[in-house]
Amino acid sequence: MHKQTLLACLLTTCLFAGSAHAQPLRIALGSEPTAIDPHYHDLTPNNALTAHIFEGLTRQDEKQKLHPALATSWENDGKNTWTFKLREGVTFSDGSPFTADDVVFTFCRTLKNETAIAGSFADITGNFESVTTPDAHTVVIATKAPEPLLPTFLGTVGILSSSIVKHDKLSFDIGKNCGVTGTWPVVGDFNDGKLAIGTGPYKLKSYTRGSAIDLDRNDKYWGDAEPWESVRFLPVPNAAPRLAGLLAGDYDVIENPAARDLARIKDDKRFGYVITPTTRVIYYQLDVGRAQSPFVKAADGKNPLQDVRVRQAMSLAIDRKAIVARLMDGAAEPAYQFLPTGMFGTLPNPPELRYDPAEAKKLLAEAGYANGFQLTLSTTNDRYINDSQITQAVAQYLTQVGIKADVDAMTRAIYFPRRSKKELSVALGGWGSTSGEASSFLRQWPATPNKEGTVGGSNYGGYSNPAFDKLILEAISTLDDAKRSSLLQQAQTEMMKDFAFIPLHFESAVWAHKANLTYTGRSDQFTLAMSVKPVK
Amino acid sequence: MTAYILQRLIQSALVLVAVSVAVFFAVYGIGDPVELLVPPQVSAAERLALIKRLGLDLPVWQQYFTFLVNALKGDLGTSFVHGVPVVSLILARLPATFELVLLSMTGAAVIGIPLGLLAGLNPDSRPSRAIMTGTVIGFSLPSFWKGMMLVLLFSVALGWLPTAGRGETVAFLGIQTSLFTTDGLRHLILPSLNLAIPNMALMIRLVAAGTTEAMTQDYVKFARAKGVRRRRIVGRHVLRNILIPVVTVVGIEFGSLVAFSTITETVFSWPGMGKLLIDSIYQLDRPVVVAYVMLATLLFVAVNFIVDVLYAVLDPRVKLSGDMV
Amino acid sequence: MNKPIIPDDTATPLRRKVLRGIRKRPTTRGAGILLACLVLLAVFAPLIAPQNPYDLATLSVMDNRLAPGAASMSGSVYWLGTDAQGRDMVSAILYGLRTSLLVGLLSTLGALTIGVAAGLLAAQLGGMVDALIMRIVDFMLGFPSILVALVLLASVGRGVDKVIFAIILVQWAQYARLMRASALVERRKEYIEAAVNFGLPTPYIMLAHLLPNSIGAVLVVSTINIASAITLEATLSFLGVGVPVTQPSLGLLIANGFDYLLSGEYWIAVFPGLALVLLIMSLNFVGDRLRRSFNVKGG
Repeated sequence: MHKQTLLACLLTTCLFAGSAHAQPLRIALGSEPTAIDPHYHDLTPNNALTAHIFEGLTRQDEKQKLHPALATSWENDGKNTWTFKLREGVTFSDGSPFTADDVVFTFCRTLKNETAIAGSFADITGNFESVTTPDAHTVVIATKAPEPLLPTFLGTVGILSSSIVKHDKLSFDIGKNCGVTGTWPVVGDFNDGKLAIGTGPYKLKSYTRGSAIDLDRNDKYWGDAEPWESVRFLPVPNAAPRLAGLLAGDYDVIENPAARDLARIKDDKRFGYVITPTTRVIYYQLDVGRAQSPFVKAADGKNPLQDVRVRQAMSLAIDRKAIVARLMDGAAEPAYQFLPTGMFGTLPNPPELRYDPAEAKKLLAEAGYANGFQLTLSTTNDRYINDSQITQAVAQYLTQVGIKADVDAMTRAIYFPRRSKKELSVALGGWGSTSGEASSFLRQWPATPNKEGTVGGSNYGGYSNPAFDKLILEAISTLDDAKRSSLLQQAQTEMMKDFAFIPLHFESAVWAHKANLTYTGRSDQFTLAMSVKPVK
Repeated sequence: MTAYILQRLIQSALVLVAVSVAVFFAVYGIGDPVELLVPPQVSAAERLALIKRLGLDLPVWQQYFTFLVNALKGDLGTSFVHGVPVVSLILARLPATFELVLLSMTGAAVIGIPLGLLAGLNPDSRPSRAIMTGTVIGFSLPSFWKGMMLVLLFSVALGWLPTAGRGETVAFLGIQTSLFTTDGLRHLILPSLNLAIPNMALMIRLVAAGTTEAMTQDYVKFARAKGVRRRRIVGRHVLRNILIPVVTVVGIEFGSLVAFSTITETVFSWPGMGKLLIDSIYQLDRPVVVAYVMLATLLFVAVNFIVDVLYAVLDPRVKLSGDMV
Repeated sequence: MNKPIIPDDTATPLRRKVLRGIRKRPTTRGAGILLACLVLLAVFAPLIAPQNPYDLATLSVMDNRLAPGAASMSGSVYWLGTDAQGRDMVSAILYGLRTSLLVGLLSTLGALTIGVAAGLLAAQLGGMVDALIMRIVDFMLGFPSILVALVLLASVGRGVDKVIFAIILVQWAQYARLMRASALVERRKEYIEAAVNFGLPTPYIMLAHLLPNSIGAVLVVSTINIASAITLEATLSFLGVGVPVTQPSLGLLIANGFDYLLSGEYWIAVFPGLALVLLIMSLNFVGDRLRRSFNVKGG
């Protein structure tokens, strides 16, 4: 008897708990940010979260086009000097005004960041020769090496308030500690919200690792006020529970539900979803640099991957459209270059990479491998969407043209260290361009590593093409946009004909939400509360 | 006695050191954490600076020695991934796991003990056999599969309970717990049920075996012959007889669940210690993994130690020497 | 589940007791028959299965995720549907059963051998050896199995044999503990004391008396541990550190199917899951019966 009464009470409370007070906007995340400190770790989930609280001088919109943010305008002198005009009348969430001092302080902090996981922030500011502030709302930056992408990169550096540490007159002088007299903030100082003071549309309320991140609207925000009084991010790493949580009403928006599950909400009037193509390209990197490769066994004792006809045959053997349709459920686009058409420096009409097994067999025979050879494809099983399934399907296709392919699927903890030790022969890779430019992939992967270590950092396959290297090295130091774009297109064409990298597809990002909301999907895969609006 | 305890303490300390060596070198052997931490586009100089700061440039035995020296000073290190001390990271996850285990063990006891009594009192009756068959099924369902089915049934098909995650928490004695909010309890039900099922089966078996045994003891037979009511016999004699093994096993199971409820926490995205362990292993966050396994071993070693000493104290036949049971 | 073990009543011959135990109860009889069927299916899988699911050349991604009863492009029928790679689920389950059973049997055999040897030595020699072995056991019981599997995966690569090795490493400690406990009890019995007093050599006493008289309990428990080895393999595969993706065991099939539960393609996870549960359950029922026939106490 008592039990039943108790149960009834419990149920009633459950039912009414929801409507008792205004609910925050609840967003379920697939991967959890590791810190609130905006300069801690340059990762998509971290950058997306900190974009709510902190702003950069510039910002990228949902298509990665550049817009003013804390800087209203900027110009370059044709060489290495940039002048940024700062927005006036902006205050931080603690009420202190935003000035050029905060920008100088922030740049200094990225270089005096004891706890950071090495990130590209220090690489951006490490290139600064000098930073001067002619007045409270102007910042002049001189770089050591020319950096055409500086305004884009500065969009990723969240500006901190200089009021969070004790300091004298601030200056960009690392030797003199930039004028800071107190201790530089470390990552832990941001997690409890004390130092998490920015100019963004939201401010941190609480951060419980593994459970929830709560944000409140920043009423001092300079732009249009956000429609949500508070936002709660919940990390739910598995896709199925995320979608089930949306169906059950636990979340308002979820990121990356599995595309195959969208059928469940397709005809349900209570929900909607958006599929947005992203810049993340999935590809295979072939071990072309060595006469012997660990996971290749051919009758003639050579490494067949060194033969361009074999590599082209492998590309011809793969039915990209079938993989997109059957394994990606349409949430991907076949890739014929390494950044989606339309982005900066891409080919407007890249030649289609056809599926032609007959042609593939012919090329293999020409190369002397009519009877095929043995090959193990290596892949992650927990990094990219359907990574291990995709590689198994590719192995099927290769088997059909006579290459005896096997698959070794590994967790990333094993995969990435092995790949960088060059222990693999055909390695699955994925790359999203944060800058939205073709240079991002081209300088990192196919370029021959140079002495300075600025290009070719991920060239594990030992690909080397001098004509391509010349083009890409020139492109990344060319400030003129039209010229740079043309150089990047030529570089892309040059490396594509060697098939040392075989592109498969571009991943699409998916967001699902309740029908009373709209969501604007972003090509950089950021999940932002700012992308959520109520339906009027 | 004192000599024995001292000897065991020294042995236990050696086990701890051995575990720390093994885990340290194991995680080292899996791969280089820098490959997972640092995005590829980061410059070589920045990368080297990080390697130096984390001490990963030193030979591995030297890294271990540094760790050992710091551990003796009470500092188990700082997480590579989160940049905060590992002990605080682990302790922050403790309440979530603790409440999960507490609820599931309580549930297992509340349901398991009466069913076990029932099965033990009439071992050959039809309901008893059904209960015992049920316990085998309870043991047989793999944790991840059972979790999936619970989600499929109660969350997806019926929509009664949330699928994953921890609900709303409130502070209780300074600790954030979700035991006292309805939202929190709703989130707790499925994962704790998943953990409770095998323990319930275990509890039923223990109690049933103990009860059957107790009913054949002379003092129970004597009491029955004297005409003492069955209820009283069960309450006074049988229950007392089975409580000791039940409490022992509950204690051991409690410990191992707190340390390794990894699978359930993974399936239900429960932000507890098991989830932390598995995430840290996958990210090669060595300081967290080493500290975690050391703490878990400490727990097991302590439990074994206490059990052995208690046996010796309770049973004078067991000699406290090298060859004790 | 398998902690304190005290065997007694060794009067009836082993075989008769086992058979009597199995025949007596309908559930156990059913479980025994089921187990025999599953073993036969696994052994003859290559002969029965319509497809070799481990041969990539026979698979087609164009046939993937077909519902049970659907026809393939070549006209044959997939009675239990296909998975994401276009594997016929019937074949995949038969082969998966084979892998799971193989892993369960071989790893139990390995763990049993090492564990019994270690436990026997600890019980007989006592002192330092005992302390050393038992502390190693303490050590192994606290060591997370996923870490063992990952280290092996990273150092020696992937393969069914490596998974077996990982499970042996994880499970031998349990047997050592059981064997030691049961040998210690046996050692106190008069006939052993008599043998010692008689001046028989220690190795002889260990192998001729102690081992055969105390191994019964451990053997009985090992039936149930085959089930737990299979579960462990399935769990490791679920976590992505188990058998190779191109040779899925039941656990890996379920793990793959986990992704398709919500989209309504239930057959990818549910059928292999049922096969796994039936296998583990039949092993447990038979093992449980054996344990009770021998009056072995514990969970």
